[in-house]
Amino acid sequence: MQPDHPLNDLLRKDRIPHIWCSGCGIGTIFSACLNAIKASEIDLSKVVMVSGIGCSGRGAGYINVDSFHTTHGRAIPFATGMKLANPSLHVIVFSGDGDLFAIGGNHFIHAARRNIELTVICVNNLNYGMTGGQAAATTPNRAKTTTTPLGNPESPFNLPLLAYASGATYVARWTMLHTRDLTNSIKEALQKKGFSFIEALCPCPVNYGRRNKLRPLDVFKAYQQKSIVKNGANPIEIDADSDKGIIVGKFIDTERPTYTEMYNKIYRSKG
Amino acid sequence: MEFWRKPLDADDIHITRGNVYVLDDRCKGCGYCIEFCPQKVLKASKGFNKKGYHYPEILKPKDCLNCHYCEIICPDFAIYSIAQVVAEKGSKNEVNK
Amino acid sequence: MKGRVRTGAHYWTGDIACAEGALAAGCMFFGGYPITPATEIAEHMSERLPEVLGTFIQMEDEIAAMAAILGASWAGAKSMTATSGPGFSLMMENLGLGICTETPCVVVNVQRPGPSTGLPTLGAQGDMMQARWGSHGHYEIIAMSPCSPQETFYQTIEAFNLSEIYRVPVLIMTDEIVGHMSEKVIVPDAKDIVILNRPKPKGKKENFKPYAAGRNGIPPMPSAGEGYNVHITGLTHDERGYPVMTPEAQVEMVQRIVDKIRNNCHDIIKTESHLLEDADIVVVSYGISSRTSLSAVYEARKCGIKAGLLRLITVWPFPCEEIRALAKRVKGFVTVEINLGQIHLEVERCSEGKAPAILVGHPGGTIITPDDVLKVLKEAF
Ligand code: SF4
Ligand code: SF4
Ligand code: SF4
Repeated sequence: MQPDHPLNDLLRKDRIPHIWCSGCGIGTIFSACLNAIKASEIDLSKVVMVSGIGCSGRGAGYINVDSFHTTHGRAIPFATGMKLANPSLHVIVFSGDGDLFAIGGNHFIHAARRNIELTVICVNNLNYGMTGGQAAATTPNRAKTTTTPLGNPESPFNLPLLAYASGATYVARWTMLHTRDLTNSIKEALQKKGFSFIEALCPCPVNYGRRNKLRPLDVFKAYQQKSIVKNGANPIEIDADSDKGIIVGKFIDTERPTYTEMYNKIYRSKG
Repeated sequence: MEFWRKPLDADDIHITRGNVYVLDDRCKGCGYCIEFCPQKVLKASKGFNKKGYHYPEILKPKDCLNCHYCEIICPDFAIYSIAQVVAEKGSKNEVNK
Repeated sequence: MKGRVRTGAHYWTGDIACAEGALAAGCMFFGGYPITPATEIAEHMSERLPEVLGTFIQMEDEIAAMAAILGASWAGAKSMTATSGPGFSLMMENLGLGICTETPCVVVNVQRPGPSTGLPTLGAQGDMMQARWGSHGHYEIIAMSPCSPQETFYQTIEAFNLSEIYRVPVLIMTDEIVGHMSEKVIVPDAKDIVILNRPKPKGKKENFKPYAAGRNGIPPMPSAGEGYNVHITGLTHDERGYPVMTPEAQVEMVQRIVDKIRNNCHDIIKTESHLLEDADIVVVSYGISSRTSLSAVYEARKCGIKAGLLRLITVWPFPCEEIRALAKRVKGFVTVEINLGQIHLEVERCSEGKAPAILVGHPGGTIITPDDVLKVLKEAF
C-alpha cells in the first residue's frame, strides 16, 4: 500500500488541490512552512496560522491547525490581539507582499516595533497575483504590470531592511529554491521569541512572469545564478536585484524584551 | 556507486535509497520535480490527470536517492520519497531517514 | 489587586461607567486608539485591565484596534474597543469580519457630530444608520444607546452578554454628552450581576464544524488552541468554515446570521414606556435625547396634551412591532434625535402611514432641549 504524503496530517486534505496556479511558488513556500512547524516539535494544538487576503493569503485555508483568513492587510493586528490574549499560542502570519506591505504596511512596522511574538512569513511575488498582476510595493523599478504597462515608475521596498529598522529580532530572506534554508529559518523563527520576519521570493508565473517574459524555470535559473548567500549581511546592503544579485541569508538574529514581557514587568508585577 | 579511490569510511556510510510516489491527481504539471531531480528519476507523462496536467512518471525507480528534493520543491504536495528499508550487511534491517 | 466589580456608589462620567461596566462583564482585552470623546475609556482600561490580569494595547489605528479585538475574542477573551465617528468609520471593514465570522466583541461609539472631523468635542447621534448599515453586505446587528452614566454601566454589561450569546459584535451608541457628564453610578454586588458566556462546543474535536447551528441558530464557539483545528474566514463559508463560492452557500450563511438576530428579537429588543397607556402622541427617542424628551412629555401632560415616550434602549434591531401597534391607535409620532432624521425613517416606515411622524432633529453640537420638543408637541397634532 502506498504510504501517505508526509505532510498529509498537517494539510486540510479535503481542500487539496489548492487554488494556486501551476508552477506558483506559494505552494513550495507553504510546504516549507509546514515542514518547519513539524521540525519545531511545537504542540500543534497551540499553533495558529493567520492570513490576510490575496493568493498567499489563502495559506491559512490549507493548514490543519486553528487558522484564520482575515481581511486585506489586517492579519498582523488580528494576530496581535490573539497572541496577547493567549500568549501560549504560537502565531504564524502567512501572507503576501501586497497584503503585508502595501495595505498592511503600517501594521507590520508597529508589530515589529512592539516586538509582538509573531512569525511573519511574507511570500514576495513582486505583484498582486489574485487580482491579475497589478504593481505592488515590491515591484521592481521599470517592471511591467497591468497598472504599469510601460514600466514601474516607483521603487520597491527592501523588506528585510524595513523589518530591521522597525525592530524585528529575526530577519531572513530566501528564495523558494532555497527550500531547506527557508525551512530552517522558519523553524528557528518559530522557536525564538520576539517578532520574526522571513521574506520568501517566489515566482508568479501567471501574472508577473508572463508580463515580464519570465518563464518559471528562467526565474529559478536567475535565483540559482544571481543569489548570493550572505548570512549576517547588513540589511542596508542587501539588494534583491536580478542584475546586481539577490542577497539571501539570515541577516538579523537578536534578542530584546517582547511586548508581553515588558507589559508583565511594568503592569502586572505585584505592587 | 563507483569511487576513484575508496573513501576511508566507505564501509560505514550507506547510500540512501527511496521509493518515490506520485499522487497524480494533486499534480499541476509544473515539471519542477522533473527538472530538479539530481538522478533524473522522473519524466513527464504522455497522459493527463483529472485536471488535464502531465504528471511525473517514474522512469528509473531504482535510482531514487531519497534526497526529498522533488518533495520539497513540489508546490502541490503531489510527490514524495519514502526511505527504503535496506538490508544491512550484517543482519538487522535499517531505515534511512 | 482591585476587583472587577467596584461595588458601591460612585460619581462617574459615562465613559468611566462604560469601562467599569466592561470590567464587571468580564472584559479581558481592550484594543484602542485615542479619539475625542472616547479616549477616557481607553485611558481607564489601560489602568484597570492589568489589575484583573487583562491586557490593554493601544494600536496604530482603529482598523488595527478592531482587528485586534477579533483576534483576542478568538483566543477566548471577552474584548472591546471604544471610538468616535472617524474611528468608527475605520472600523467598519473589520466589523464586517466580526459579523461574518460570528465573533463576540463590543464596540463603543461615543458619537460626535460629523461628517468628517466635524465637532470633535461636542455631542451628536448622527451615526445611527452607520451602526445599522456601515459595513458592506446584508446583516443584522445589535446596538444600544444609553442615556446616563448609570445606564451606560448596565448597557455595557448587557452588550457583552448579548454579544456572547448571539455571537455578534454589539455596538454601544452613546454620545459625547453622556460620555462626558458626571453622575451618580451605583455598582451592585458582583453576585447580582448576570454574566453570560458564549456557547462552547462539547464532544468530538475531529472534523468539528464551527458553523453548524446550535441552539437558536447559534454555533458553539471554540477558542484557538483548544484543539478543534477550526478554519475561520471572511469569505462565504459552509458549516465546516470552508470557503464556498456559490449563491447557495451565500443564502445559507447570510440567512442564518440574519435569522439568529431576527428570530430572537423578542429577547434582544428592550424599550421603556412612559405614560404610553393613554397617550395619543408618542415621542420616540433614545440616548441623551430621550432624557430631554421625557421632561417635555411631563410638561406636555401639565398642558393637557396626552403625550407619552417610547425610549429605545436597544436601537437595533428596531422595535417594529411596538411602533406598528402604536400607529394603529395614536394621532402621531415625534422622533427626537441629534441628527436630521435617521431613526425617524424607521418610525415612518413602521407606522405604515397609519399615523404621521414629525422629526425634532439637529445636526449636532448641542442637545435638543425639552422646550424644543414641547413646542412641537403643542403645535403638531
Ligand atoms: S496569480 Fe501568481 S501568485 Fe497567484 S496563484 Fe497564480 S501564479 Fe501564484
Ligand atoms: S527523492 Fe530525490 S532522487 Fe528521488 S525522485 Fe525525488 S528528487 Fe529524485
Ligand atoms: S513538482 Fe509537483 S506539481 Fe509539479 S510536476 Fe512535479 S509532482 Fe506535479
